[in-house]
Amino acid sequence: MRALVTAAAALVLCAASVPVSADGLKVGMITTLSGGGSALGVDVRDGFMLAVDQSGRSDIDVVIEDDQRKPEIAVQIADKMVQSDNVDVLTGIIWSNLAIAVVPSVVRQGKFYLSPNAGPSKLAGAGCHENYFNVAWQNDNLHEAAGGYASDAGFTNSFILAPNYPAGHDALTGYKRFFSGNITAEVYTELGQTDYAAEIAQIRASDADSVFFFLPGGMGISFMKQYAGSGVDIPVVGPAFSFDQGILNAVGEAALGVKNTSQWSKDLDNAANTAFVASFQEAYGRLPSLYASQGFDTANLLISALDKADVGDADAFREALRAADFTSVRGDFMFGPNHHPVQDIYVREVIMEDGVLTNRIVSLALEDHADAYAGECSM
Amino acid sequence: MPATLIAEQVLNGLQFGVMLFLMSAGLTLVFGVMGLINLAHGSLYMIGAFACAAVVSATGSFWLGLAASLAAAAAAGALVEVTLMRRLYQRGHLDQVLVTFALILVFSEGIRWVFGAFPLYLDIPPLLAGTVPLPGGLDYPLYRLVIIAAGLTVAAGLFQLVSRTRLGMRIRAGESDREMIAAIGVNIRALYTAVFALGAALAGFAGAVIGSITSVEVGMGEPVLILAFVVIVIGGIGSIKGALVGAILVGVTDTMGRLLLPALFATFLEPADAAATGASLASMLIYLLMALVLFLRPGGLFGKAA
Repeated sequence: MRALVTAAAALVLCAASVPVSADGLKVGMITTLSGGGSALGVDVRDGFMLAVDQSGRSDIDVVIEDDQRKPEIAVQIADKMVQSDNVDVLTGIIWSNLAIAVVPSVVRQGKFYLSPNAGPSKLAGAGCHENYFNVAWQNDNLHEAAGGYASDAGFTNSFILAPNYPAGHDALTGYKRFFSGNITAEVYTELGQTDYAAEIAQIRASDADSVFFFLPGGMGISFMKQYAGSGVDIPVVGPAFSFDQGILNAVGEAALGVKNTSQWSKDLDNAANTAFVASFQEAYGRLPSLYASQGFDTANLLISALDKADVGDADAFREALRAADFTSVRGDFMFGPNHHPVQDIYVREVIMEDGVLTNRIVSLALEDHADAYAGECSM
Repeated sequence: MPATLIAEQVLNGLQFGVMLFLMSAGLTLVFGVMGLINLAHGSLYMIGAFACAAVVSATGSFWLGLAASLAAAAAAGALVEVTLMRRLYQRGHLDQVLVTFALILVFSEGIRWVFGAFPLYLDIPPLLAGTVPLPGGLDYPLYRLVIIAAGLTVAAGLFQLVSRTRLGMRIRAGESDREMIAAIGVNIRALYTAVFALGAALAGFAGAVIGSITSVEVGMGEPVLILAFVVIVIGGIGSIKGALVGAILVGVTDTMGRLLLPALFATFLEPADAAATGASLASMLIYLLMALVLFLRPGGLFGKAA
């Protein structure tokens, strides 16, 4: 049954490929454009394409395909992009289990991979690679900030919850690394789960004073709606993924006042960000999320490298990427030794602004924060 | 482990179980009466959910949405039966699987074309929102309690229908000897269409009710379909009683497994490892249950002897 469903999904996908042929740089974007994770992929894609459009360059070709959040489909697309589309750079993957399946083989074949979202610990430490650059964060980072915030806010007993996949493990590891209190229970759910009754029952029965959850995309929407309707009133904290712009709209006022941690926020005060937020709203008619900001930064990093070097000269192109000579919408940005960002992470609060739920920065959580795995990387 | 937690998980398992029953009842009826394996049953669940979402967003009434889900799924089921399934009863199971699998693709792409790839999120009606206090100091969401009641009511109604009415008599006759009831003058074509539409309506109802608390999205039916197949294999193919017992068994096993297995592993593993291993094993538990049942009773709990 599962095999049949998969085979059919692959068939559907084959019809969606777009043949392109041109000189210049060819980018293959594998991202999630359908199902409960589609809001993330759509935002990354839209942010990326906005930056490409604004650069005015006509020599960048972007091939975009939907991975449906399935590792086997992502691998098939990557093989096709590398072997028959002849892309130079790959990007776009949202989910860490897909990134782990795709990135190592792609970079071994001499292609560059720029991650606009997933940052699994496996690829940041011993598994790092000179052709792999993460423009978002190492997975643990935002959760580390959330753990630190929860300690500062006086919480001493957390119930922590994440999906059972590599980024979920990184999330809980990161939270525990910076949370000084006690962990009442840690629970892993299925990736893509939509009913959280069993987990909410455990939260209700626990003696926790705070609930930390990492549930990106549709999972977060389902969880927050069910949590709000369950009568449990233990305060929640989370990373920005659990409270991004797409989730807030669907969850509604239940999210009001919740604190979450992010490397980016709509109200970050710098010229690049102000311009980005305005132009994104104008182009797409909605507020950008952190995923859109990451897609936008990824494209701008790529363009900055392209200005300096030809992708055919891999060593020069890699040096140009490593320099990160672009204006990030999150302010200061530089790569650490393992090609993961060293950056500030903020605490945000969910507020109502002009009738729309959104986030506002309340404090700086971690300054120039680097990830915990950089020391294990040798390249 | 507090008793209220166990009680709440049993209720959650029961709620999951009665919804699985609504899915598996149609599947098992269609297989029992017509000998047809219908992989597209999950699509009918999805159609019910989308019909409800569309009507709720147009009218604002959850109850109209619920009615629409029944009507849309039954209509889709009847249409499929009249145009396609009729030609498949005499064919082998492989042909049936191929055609109904193609239907999954057609329905999924059709829905994606009309509604887009973004999931839709519904709000439960204010009348059913919030929690109710139960004896023993447990506050349980009213909506889920109503789901359990509605599911059990439908199950009771279905038993009455099958055991007490003329239609039910014909369904049972069709199960035991298809050729014979056609030979004695029963309009077998109309009976088949009615059974198919009934099964579809139950699936559509389940889709609308569950979609309202989770999410309404393309492909939502397939994971439930797989579970529904597990249910009817455990319960015995063709048996409605088996579907009910199997569904509740699967629902409670899955929910309790997600609670108890991590706790069990925590007695001898690090908390992080126990949580991950327990969660992984819990997601396999119902398949282990199915294997065990098949080992002990190859025909399923209430199936005809294999």
